[in-house]
Amino acid sequence: MSDLWSFTVGTLPFLWSGLLMTLFVSAVVVVISAFVGAFFGVGLAYGPLWLRVPLRIYSDILRGIPLLVVIFSIYYLLPFAGLNLQPLPAVLLALTMFKTAHVSEIARGAIQSIAKGQIDAGMAIGLTFHQRLVYVVMPQALRRFLPPWINSVTDAVKGSSLVSLVGIVDLMLASQQVIGRTYQPLPIYMLAAGMYFIINFSLSTLSRRLEARYAYVRE
Amino acid sequence: MEYHLNFNFIWQYGSRLWWGLALSIQLAIISVLIGCVIGFALAVAYTGGGRLTRLAISSYVEFIRNIPLLLLVYLVFYGIPSAGGFAYDAKESFVATLSLYAGAYLVEVFRAGLDAIPKGAIDAGKAIGLTPWQRLVHVRFPIMLRIVLPSLSTSFISLFKDTSLASVIAVPELTYGANWIKTNTFRAVEVWIVTAPMYLVTGYVILLGLRILERALIRNRLT
Repeated sequence: MSDLWSFTVGTLPFLWSGLLMTLFVSAVVVVISAFVGAFFGVGLAYGPLWLRVPLRIYSDILRGIPLLVVIFSIYYLLPFAGLNLQPLPAVLLALTMFKTAHVSEIARGAIQSIAKGQIDAGMAIGLTFHQRLVYVVMPQALRRFLPPWINSVTDAVKGSSLVSLVGIVDLMLASQQVIGRTYQPLPIYMLAAGMYFIINFSLSTLSRRLEARYAYVRE
Repeated sequence: MEYHLNFNFIWQYGSRLWWGLALSIQLAIISVLIGCVIGFALAVAYTGGGRLTRLAISSYVEFIRNIPLLLLVYLVFYGIPSAGGFAYDAKESFVATLSLYAGAYLVEVFRAGLDAIPKGAIDAGKAIGLTPWQRLVHVRFPIMLRIVLPSLSTSFISLFKDTSLASVIAVPELTYGANWIKTNTFRAVEVWIVTAPMYLVTGYVILLGLRILERALIRNRLT
């Protein structure tokens, strides 16, 4: 047992750079998709038809295809579209596009959950559309947006494991490389699982806390 | 650089995609059925169980929900046999993985459904002298099913998409078929142009079908 323990601890340095890559990929995807997704969400909720229809199509297509297939498709279609990217930027683009579709739905849901009366009240006191959005809808929608969004960050962390399939050394591929040398799949996979678990469990706990914290928001 | 699309190879090996798609759907159906059994049993155990039972069930749910499915696939296929000194084929291993995964998500769905049953219905069951088992089968289960049907459909679509991960352990489903054609014909662009819409359309058709089924079930009071 202590042999197994020292062996597992000994592999940690090899997993470290993989873990950093996983965190890097997740962070890039989460930050970019949060901004773009928020704009898309506003577009989906309030946009004119010419904006709403393409956003709806974008969101439905990306959410309807498995992430793995999205990654492969974008990875191979980009050069065809005349864009030659390195593997890392290509998968970052694929993951971000996928995540943006999901974030835009969370944002749309949050915005549309704000009672119509709030917007009418804003109109009644003469706020412009922009002012209603910034001072009335957004502050309230943010509280509805945050808990599911943080929960969805765990999906981004989990989804980042798929970059290993196009040869980027994240935590997933790093652990497989260690297994390739040591032939000890179970302890290494459990170690990687533990790392993913710690990251994601903290995030989902934070999400639940926030949800309870914001539960006071009423119609 | 000029690239000429040529779909001939895709049609030539089209059967790999069709059979792959059929296998994907099959994997999703088997897994969702086993997942439902796991999910319902654990949800009933959770709502009626003591602290230890609840802790055990929560641990299972949280572990599965917080690690990537890809890791779980590898863990079950490579990790567990290495410790137990046995082996199973890739398809069985993937069905086991996806069922465990589905089970963890469905526990939550069924638990919410069981919690949403009106208290009066259970009391009425007690009043007419049903045993706890009869109440479960004739009162709680049918009412719960009606509540969770939409979530079940969504979970099923989600699982159908997750079957694409079976390709990493060489289960010949749709993504594996696509990758096979790509490696053997080098027609990567064409194969993904065909495969991605196959997932999209199938998922959409399944969703429509399940919505119609839900409505028929509820209208005819079959649940």
